[in-house]
Amino acid sequence: MLTAVRKLRGAGILGLNERNADFIMRLNPRRYYPRVDDKVLTKELALAAGMAVPDLYGVIAHQGQVREFGKIVGERDSFVVKPAQGSGGDGILVVTGRSQRRRDCFRLSSGMLISEGEIHHHISNIVGGQYSLSGNPDKALIEYCVHFDPTFAEVSFQGVPDIRVVVYRGYPAMAMVRLPTRASDGKANLHQGAVGAGVDLGSGETLSGVLDDHVVDEHPDTGALVAGLQIPKWDFILESSARGHEVTGLGYLGVDMVIDRDRGPLILEMNARPGLNIQIANGAGLLDRIARIEQLYDAGATPEQRAAVSRREFAATS
Amino acid sequence: MKQRYVYVLAALLAVVGLSVFFYKWQVLGFPLTEDQETPVWTIEAAVNFDSGPGSIKAQLHVPTLTPGFRMLNENSVSRGYGFSINYGSGGREAQWAVRRADGEQTIYYRISVYEDESVDQSDTTPPFPPLPVIDEPLNTAVEVIVSDVRDHSADAASFTTELLRRINDPSPDPNVELLLAGVDSDADFVGVVTMLLASARIPARMVRGFPLAGRQRRADLVAWLEVHDGDRWLYFNPQSGEQSLPDRFFVWWRGNEPLVNLEGGSNVRVDFAIQENHLDAVAIAETQAAQRGTSAVDFSLYSLPIQTQAVYSVLLMIPIGALIMVIMRNIVGIDAFGTFMPVLIALAFRETKLFWGVILFTTLVALGLTIRFLLDRLRLLLVPRLSAVLIVVVLLMLFISLMSHRLGMETGLSVALFPMVIIAMTIERMSVVWEERGPADAMRAGLGSLVVAVAAYIFMGIAWLEHLIFTFPELLLIILALVVLAGRYTGYRLTELRRFRDLMSE
Repeated sequence: MLTAVRKLRGAGILGLNERNADFIMRLNPRRYYPRVDDKVLTKELALAAGMAVPDLYGVIAHQGQVREFGKIVGERDSFVVKPAQGSGGDGILVVTGRSQRRRDCFRLSSGMLISEGEIHHHISNIVGGQYSLSGNPDKALIEYCVHFDPTFAEVSFQGVPDIRVVVYRGYPAMAMVRLPTRASDGKANLHQGAVGAGVDLGSGETLSGVLDDHVVDEHPDTGALVAGLQIPKWDFILESSARGHEVTGLGYLGVDMVIDRDRGPLILEMNARPGLNIQIANGAGLLDRIARIEQLYDAGATPEQRAAVSRREFAATS
Repeated sequence: MKQRYVYVLAALLAVVGLSVFFYKWQVLGFPLTEDQETPVWTIEAAVNFDSGPGSIKAQLHVPTLTPGFRMLNENSVSRGYGFSINYGSGGREAQWAVRRADGEQTIYYRISVYEDESVDQSDTTPPFPPLPVIDEPLNTAVEVIVSDVRDHSADAASFTTELLRRINDPSPDPNVELLLAGVDSDADFVGVVTMLLASARIPARMVRGFPLAGRQRRADLVAWLEVHDGDRWLYFNPQSGEQSLPDRFFVWWRGNEPLVNLEGGSNVRVDFAIQENHLDAVAIAETQAAQRGTSAVDFSLYSLPIQTQAVYSVLLMIPIGALIMVIMRNIVGIDAFGTFMPVLIALAFRETKLFWGVILFTTLVALGLTIRFLLDRLRLLLVPRLSAVLIVVVLLMLFISLMSHRLGMETGLSVALFPMVIIAMTIERMSVVWEERGPADAMRAGLGSLVVAVAAYIFMGIAWLEHLIFTFPELLLIILALVVLAGRYTGYRLTELRRFRDLMSE
């Protein structure tokens, strides 16, 4: 057991306790949490900073407003319903179309049909706080459904793949792509069964993937190779992530982005407690990179400069 | 920097906790283990009488000087009566008074004592008794006996022995026969002996009490003889004349006065019952501490009412459960529903015992989950749905209790001790996880909760630990120190060793 601990230390692997005690508690002041926990606020802040986000169609803040759902959606065929304070991707409903015969029946990304009444119930649950972190009453967001870029079409099963960048004190430290699978029901969360693939920060090219804590090379549903895909606009993605530090004030931050076919990379949400699976996806520990960032840290650097430092420092050596 | 504060704080807590613990253990003699017990006798006097029309006043002699025993506590149970303890000529007297009462009355006086060799007869030397005034022809008989015995003895002790021998002679001389004519009880007999001794100017008195042995539903008072030889009190067996005291003889009162004095009532009777308890040495340690005048005892849990003590002996184990929780979550890394839910479940297990506890808990959660999924179809809002689950849980508990009672399994009844709100929340959380992340995750977290609960139950059920914490609550400071230290534990969790095993560097 002791040798196992030594080996993990040797690989620079960050554990949950250390993440919580040494990074989250030290670098993420509580008062900034609403900036990332409330997705409505995140959106506003990101917009104010000139970052691209999915359009917000409407917010449902209390039970009485649930009826307004139809009005908010209007004639749109695709949209996403999500809790403002959800965690881990719970409670997100991705609607990609409508039933041919009945306009009040919607098709989910999984292909299932869902009636407007069922969506109302789902929104009621969100507003009631079922998915919020603390169980407090919450708000439901209805926003633009990303039409994802064909880059990942081969390696995702329905749903929207997203890119997670862990940013340490403003410097991108590690990144991965999260690819939905049949098991994850179109959601891009690793603990729900999505595949994570590490990303070479230098080039923006994917490395091998991880599924349920194990390294995989192929997508379990499509069979396509996960590694070697070039993420478009990688520079922009790294810079946006680095800017997330200024927007939120958080020193240990996870930035989630999606690439829209038409609008390019969009910031989906940010996270004050990013998970540790990214280490498995990259086959590398965060501690080494964090130590390197501490050495290079420059309080006056702009997001662009910091992104450039990360690209240079953390490029894959092949 | 912060790390250092944490260590300093933890060390401080541990030092304070340990030093109070050592003081109480070494200096005050609080026992480390439960089996250090001392027999404690509780003697109950039930005074029974028929009330008269007017006000009632009852006086009962109660123990004053009890050589060989020390009093733990005494109390009176007498509804509606004013109660006080006064000093009379024969020692302490309990006095009850009431303006009016109807029918048969029973009032109780209870005293708890334990053996203590160091308690002596600390009476002052009594004056020579006055010569009793005795009518003829008894007076002549007394004078003859006394002068006869005096000729055959050297001091108070030998006088008494000789006197008792003569009086107890199976074929007594006529003078003795005359004196004992009206005697029909031991007490009368000892009364005659003390009268004879008084005539010889020897201080003597009757003592009455009980040899304490085991449990006696109805104990009879034994009359004994106490004679002062000018130096100390000597005890004589009035029948055999032997100078001795029965084993564990507990003196209730001295003198010839009747045990009870009643004004305003009739048919008074006093019944004694004796009970032997094995109270742990704690109570004794406390009396010692009280005599030393330390304040350690004022803060002792043993000074609380028994019922509250029972509550605290359970409550004090919760920190142990919390510590187990911390270890399981932060060092082992087991997933569980709710922060302290497993601890509360473990508390419920205390009543149901482990095997049935696990079965009942699993049944309850499984049934609850089924019904929760049925409820889901109704699309209820969150809070009403939670309430519905709660009500269903209560109904399920009722059902399980009734069913098991019918089948003759009494353990099923204890299901009612499960914290139902916690179970309802668990069912809700579990069903949400079930839907969101699949049955595997829900089962894993559910199982994790159960594992943590069982671990907490096992540790919270260690009897000596319970005794230790209850006697030395300051040990909780050490647990606090451990928890604080665990709060800064930044090493890997055990489960992470598995989780990251693909990343181990060679």
